[in-house]
Amino acid sequence: MTIMEKAGPEQTGATGTAPLLEVRDLHVEFHTRDGVAKAVNGVNYSVNAGETLAVLGESGSGKSVTAQAVMGILDMPPGRIPKGEIFFRGQDMLKMSAEERRKIRGQKIAMIFQDALSALNPVLSVGYQLGEMFRVHQGLSKKDAKAKAIELMDRVRIPAAKERVGDYPHQFSGGMRQRIMIAMAMALEPDLIIADEPTTALDVTVQAQVMELLAELQREMHMGLILITHDLGVVADVADKIAVMYAGRIVETAPVHEIYKAPAHPYTKGLLDSIPRLDQKGQELYAIKGLPPNLLRIPSGCAFNPRCPMAQDVCRTDVPPLAAVSDTRASACHFWKETLDG
Amino acid sequence: MAEAILEVRDLVKHFPLTQGIIVKKQIGAVKAVDGVSFDLYRGETLGIVGESGCGKSTVAKLLMNLERATSGQVLYKGEDITRLSGKALKAVRRNIQMVFQDPYTSLNPRMTVGDIIGEPFEIHPEVAPKGDRRRKVQDLLDVVGLNPEYINRYPHQFSGGQRQRIGIARGLALNPEIIICDEPVSALDVSVQAQVINLMGRLQKEFDLSYMFIAHDLSIVRHISDRVGVMYLGKMVEIGDDEQIYEHPTHPYTQALLSAVPVPDPESREHRERIILTGDVPSPANPPSGCRFRTRCWKAQDKCATETPLLAIPERFKNVDSPAAHESACHFAEEKDVVGAA
Repeated sequence: MTIMEKAGPEQTGATGTAPLLEVRDLHVEFHTRDGVAKAVNGVNYSVNAGETLAVLGESGSGKSVTAQAVMGILDMPPGRIPKGEIFFRGQDMLKMSAEERRKIRGQKIAMIFQDALSALNPVLSVGYQLGEMFRVHQGLSKKDAKAKAIELMDRVRIPAAKERVGDYPHQFSGGMRQRIMIAMAMALEPDLIIADEPTTALDVTVQAQVMELLAELQREMHMGLILITHDLGVVADVADKIAVMYAGRIVETAPVHEIYKAPAHPYTKGLLDSIPRLDQKGQELYAIKGLPPNLLRIPSGCAFNPRCPMAQDVCRTDVPPLAAVSDTRASACHFWKETLDG
Repeated sequence: MAEAILEVRDLVKHFPLTQGIIVKKQIGAVKAVDGVSFDLYRGETLGIVGESGCGKSTVAKLLMNLERATSGQVLYKGEDITRLSGKALKAVRRNIQMVFQDPYTSLNPRMTVGDIIGEPFEIHPEVAPKGDRRRKVQDLLDVVGLNPEYINRYPHQFSGGQRQRIGIARGLALNPEIIICDEPVSALDVSVQAQVINLMGRLQKEFDLSYMFIAHDLSIVRHISDRVGVMYLGKMVEIGDDEQIYEHPTHPYTQALLSAVPVPDPESREHRERIILTGDVPSPANPPSGCRFRTRCWKAQDKCATETPLLAIPERFKNVDSPAAHESACHFAEEKDVVGAA
């Protein structure tokens, strides 16, 4: 991430190596009856074509809200983006008109949602919903759109696509519905896919099928993929790099291999340590004490300090910046050196 | 370990499928649980794993007699629970309690925590005399790690992890011998899961509890369980101690399940052989003949369609001193190296 920060998109754009998507210092807040909930507090990340970025975090960490801001589907109000930039191919999407953004949404950036049953319209056939992509964005006729829909369903390996194109979402199983979601996202061959917990609602054997399909299509079409998840296992399987979020900030970013070997933030370390391991059988699991913070009252200083085993006075007063640990890694901890060593 | 506190024998639950509004005609049955047998020993944790729809939650309800079994027996200290009703059933239920999956819907939002945890005493007044109840509830709150002063708060004032602690306190109120936990941590954040698992481990030692732990997270089940049973489509397909199941599985479904679990170690992703099953779980209303897994099994032969394999130690492993010698319902049971959930 730090590398991306050093070089702005204008400069890198000239050399043709601009990241596909770059989020810079993004802030999102929600105005609620009880006060202002600061859901995202200065997030930076970037994704290149063909790359998989995993955004890891617990509920309320701001991982989904960031994605919704990128997609432009935040409810505003109550949501508000007081600050930040989201560059897609060097263009700040937050400065675009609604019309320009709509052209990007679906065609250039597509999203896969967690719960396919509630993301699909229950009273329209899946063929109609898949075909809608082509009718609206490419102006195809109903007949052509239907043919395209069948082609797509074949591509995501839904058996007997021709017969099933007229079926409704409830007639498909959970795994098949998620394939339809993937098909819909892939329909216009976007450059970037944001998958928000795409397999959380699925069983493990089906999860394996869906993740493999997603990875295969990504390779084929050389897309960027942002995978939002809380599952450390899924991340280890597919990600190239990871951004760990906590209380609306990125606390650590690193290539996938390095972070599992040696985390540089106590929160990441805590998450990794709380995975049950073979040699710990019968012993207590390591548990991060306390609870994730209330977004209406984020602790001062480092948001993780009340739960952190390493917290010192400085952690309660100063917000640690996301500082470079190496060329490819960054950690937002005053004591990242100590964390990395121990 | 030797004493079986609960013996389940050939348990069957069929939910009738009916047609017609006025005159209901039975046209079939969903065979949710179809002949399941196992023992639960005193002081042990028996993990039950399987995908959604395999019948694991129905088994839990049958053990509590929340659902009436179609046939079969559940023997608690030699007494068949499935035939009990009224007073006798109430007496047995005092000793078998349940902790539910969703701490948001399993607690009445209009009752205070004190009323929720104290409600079992209303039903079984012999456990705690009226004047003593408030103190007992506060003791229970303390036992599960909540502040006893929270007794007058409402469920919405607590986080998910704290609510699950309330659910556990309610389960403990009557000093039961057996606690049936149906996905007790799957609704919780990763960092909070470990806290609840540790609490359950501590309580088991303190109160000499027997757990039946139903979950789909294989690594957590392994951590907490002494023995593990694997279910598929209403049948128990394999059962054994944790090492036998995780290190030496002989049933192809168990092998596929274990290989599908994402391992939180990016180093393993290149050289890990994964068994990706094709298709979905068949409908329990119309399960395949013979072995129910045969439609997705790579080893299936004609014999599998005609002969239902029994859950027993396979012939080839009989009189062999190997961890592979445990009960497995497959005609072609054999060991296969799978890098499973650690």
